[in-house]
Amino acid sequence: MNKRTLNHPKSTTGTSRVDGRLKVTGGAKYAAEFNVKGLAYGVLVGATIAKGSIRSIDSKKAENAPGVLAVISHLNCPKIPGYAAEPAKAPIKIFYDDKVLYNGHAVALLIADTFERAQYAASLIKVEYNAQKHITSLKDNLGSAVAPPSDAEFKKGNPDAWQSAPFKVEQEYILPSEVHNPMELHAIVARWDAPDKLTVWDKTQGVKDTQSNLARIFGIPVENVQVHSKYVGGAFGSALQVWQHEVAAIIGAKVVKRPVKLMLTRADMFTSVGYRPLTWQKIGIGAAADGKLVGISHWATGQTSTYEDFAESPADVSRQLYACANLYTNNKILSLDVGSPIWMRGPGYATGTFALESAMDELSYQLNIDPVELRLINYAETDPETGKPYSGKSLREAYKMGAENIGWHSRPKKPGSMTEDGWLVGYGMSTGMFQADREPATVKATMNDDGSLILQTAVSDIGPGTATPMVLIASETMGIPIENIRFDLGDSAYPNAPQQGGSTIVSSVGSAVYLACIALKEKFQQLIGNGGTDKPDYAAVLKQHNLVKLEVVTDSKAGTEVDKYVMYSWSVHFIKVLVNPLTGVVKVDKATCVADSGRIISPKTARSQIIGGAIMGIGMALMEETVIDHRYGKVMNASFGDYHVPVQADIPQIEALFVNEPDLNINPLGAKGMGEISLIGMAAAVANAVYNATGKRVTELPITPDKLVGWGELS
Amino acid sequence: MKQFQYQRASTQQGVLEAISKPGTKIIAGGTNLVDHMKHGLIAPDKLVDITHLPLKGITPTKTGLHLGTLALNSVVSEDALVLQKQPLLSMALKAGASPQLRNMATVGGNMMQRTRCTYFYDTTMPCNKREPGTGCGAMEGYNRMHAIFGASAQCIAVHPSDMCVALAALDATVIVVGKKGQRHIPFTEFHRLPDDHPELDNHLAKDEMIIGVDIPDNNFAKNSYYLKVRDRQSYAFALVSVAAALDLSGGTIKKARLAMGGVAHKPWRLFEAEKFMEGKSVTEETFKQAAQIALQGAKAYEYNAFKLKLAPASIVEALKQASGLA
Repeated sequence: MNKRTLNHPKSTTGTSRVDGRLKVTGGAKYAAEFNVKGLAYGVLVGATIAKGSIRSIDSKKAENAPGVLAVISHLNCPKIPGYAAEPAKAPIKIFYDDKVLYNGHAVALLIADTFERAQYAASLIKVEYNAQKHITSLKDNLGSAVAPPSDAEFKKGNPDAWQSAPFKVEQEYILPSEVHNPMELHAIVARWDAPDKLTVWDKTQGVKDTQSNLARIFGIPVENVQVHSKYVGGAFGSALQVWQHEVAAIIGAKVVKRPVKLMLTRADMFTSVGYRPLTWQKIGIGAAADGKLVGISHWATGQTSTYEDFAESPADVSRQLYACANLYTNNKILSLDVGSPIWMRGPGYATGTFALESAMDELSYQLNIDPVELRLINYAETDPETGKPYSGKSLREAYKMGAENIGWHSRPKKPGSMTEDGWLVGYGMSTGMFQADREPATVKATMNDDGSLILQTAVSDIGPGTATPMVLIASETMGIPIENIRFDLGDSAYPNAPQQGGSTIVSSVGSAVYLACIALKEKFQQLIGNGGTDKPDYAAVLKQHNLVKLEVVTDSKAGTEVDKYVMYSWSVHFIKVLVNPLTGVVKVDKATCVADSGRIISPKTARSQIIGGAIMGIGMALMEETVIDHRYGKVMNASFGDYHVPVQADIPQIEALFVNEPDLNINPLGAKGMGEISLIGMAAAVANAVYNATGKRVTELPITPDKLVGWGELS
Repeated sequence: MKQFQYQRASTQQGVLEAISKPGTKIIAGGTNLVDHMKHGLIAPDKLVDITHLPLKGITPTKTGLHLGTLALNSVVSEDALVLQKQPLLSMALKAGASPQLRNMATVGGNMMQRTRCTYFYDTTMPCNKREPGTGCGAMEGYNRMHAIFGASAQCIAVHPSDMCVALAALDATVIVVGKKGQRHIPFTEFHRLPDDHPELDNHLAKDEMIIGVDIPDNNFAKNSYYLKVRDRQSYAFALVSVAAALDLSGGTIKKARLAMGGVAHKPWRLFEAEKFMEGKSVTEETFKQAAQIALQGAKAYEYNAFKLKLAPASIVEALKQASGLA
């Protein structure tokens, strides 16, 4: 695909997502929609204290309510075989003991014959607690932060070098906790087919991981666990692990000897399936008058729970993005009486770039150097952390493309100096980066004598339209139309694939599809013998040889290239904002996002991926924030009415551009991920644009009107 | 679950009889009432559905415009007469909720909606409005959305409506009916301040129902503006909103109407600021001084101190937009 076609502003180039029609017509069935025979319904009861223990549970009324099948708590929960072997720091062991670890921690499960009855009866359960003093505030307890198990500290050169530079910025940043909040609520339908045989329909980003984890927890053979998760309505990281509600439903199904469905409420989504941790950061950055960086130091403290040491390592980006002799990064975590965080789109990097790229912007104004130019002056030709070459990097071109597209040259050089219809105008930009990984993946490819090609692998699809690039890869490799190809996913019965997370699927599974197709073609060549065409009429060949099908199972994984190169995808975001000079309302007027993520396999779904990430970035910059009332340790805005994500009216035209330079050092396709980089850097680009518009630098997200109002004073 | 009865009323008399019994609630669009039932805030024995009563009309009267209590928010916002005579009302309605909600919500229902204070909605939290005597969770809690005017030691919640802010500014009158007949309540006196009874949102008696709203004719159509400042550009409650209506003669303000939303337990009409502006010339300075007057007596809490800046800034912006000074 040539660059001009790919990047045309009205481009609809490429194949529409192959499961799109099913999704918009209700034909795609999600976990909670599997109403299997004999289904019962579970409702969880959450703790109303943040720390302490359960004194008593009075469930008599609930048990006597119509349709109730069971009330399960630590008082009567059957022994869970896998709990004994859990390490000291591990996900919550539900109904294990009387401890309450956070406000919302599930302490009981009620199961009834209908959802309505279950919900009502659950409201009759009375739990009494022995509350202990809890701590939920990061800001008030930063001093108690500790080093995480890994990635704690990095030093290259002199960590204090930035301090003696002629130009320097020292700044602190706060990124609030954000919740993944996919449209689809987490849900599971659990059914025991035999005392040691389990089937679940579950929302998960990795059917194989869920399969092995459930086998471990319930002490049954892996092959006795079936996990179905064909469609997932968004996850962004929240479905990367087995959560307590999944284990609860499976326990419940065992107790009532019926399949049990358990779907979380929207409020549960804020406490029970992870979030991006609230993080404090500090940057010290110094440069010479010519803009050359002298040193970068980056400290970060993120919150975790008391029962898991979750660390995002946001400071790492500062030893990876710019060429600089003196680098220091320091990651810490702080245990609070809250639920555990988990990876959320662009983990670590979305947080870290907000700080680093805000600081770079601030430095550019001090130096009086164009922010893009400052980044080019410090462009890293090799990895600053290890000195190794990059597998591929066309970030320079990305800067150029983005600057041209947004009209960067017309930006106000002096903050607060340009208006449109009475609104202040500002432009800002930021870089994003995320590691480009390739995980082991296996694909089974079957060519049938009707000419249909079936590809099977156990990857999940959390929304990007995974099947689409896979079908395109197979179509090109095999030389058959996409209508003849089916890509089966989301089932533990299929061959191994990684979790869908960390932007690895096209690189990992796409490569496996490609190699499986190559292997299948070779098999056909063996049948045809020498001199046959590379892309024969497969159906005809099969019939000729009296075969109904030909199949291969192909493994694929990274090789020694991972030792030779460091591998990243890159992005650049350019933003134009309008700010009301009186009320401080910020409107994003234009967004241009450029991805340098290797070869673009599926232009249309890639564009959607970028646009989705940009929207999430606008939310991160302007509105998303989980609020805790620390007196109770409770999330106070656990609803879509109170926790704001962008609506259509908040979103301008978003230009998604691609450098489209294949990176053949990472995989045979030359393709890298873009799910993370589409978000990473967005928040800094918006904050930098707000500074350009107003002269006010906001270092604590989100940039709501209250943070800006009155900056110029009314008078 | 708790069962409840549903009755569809066909006459006004039928509604009045139904609501004379305790445990009965009127339902129209249900956009807020059903939320309350789902959240466990209320558990009525009976719902009486009034949507089949002939109270949907938007009709001109000798002195103005009459809105039937069942006129849908979406219909009112697009009505030709409303757009011509009272564009401020249309702007306020369109600033509220979402198109889907406006298609269900009625004039009377909009007036009867209750605060969105999160402590009110969370049944594990203290709330004097939900459960008198339990305390106010917001007072020392997360009170970013809360009142800066007219709050009491019992409650600092705000009324969430946009429509009501416009109607308060436009000198509307609420027509209610009870067993003893009709009465007319000035719109600014329909909702009440929390005082010692935050459980009461307004002065509608338990056995009364709203049947409509009258808006008198005025000369504000050319110079009115509804400004809603919020955390996102649609589907969010106001941090602060301003209904501004001016009757201008050349560069002079003959009459002014000003009300705010998101700042008090009721739509907050700013009589003193209006009086100040009358006879003054249309300048930013006039508006700034009016805003200063408007803010007299304002009191903030831990998380809503920004409203002390945002409210006057928004008044100035709204007046600039209304007067064409922007």
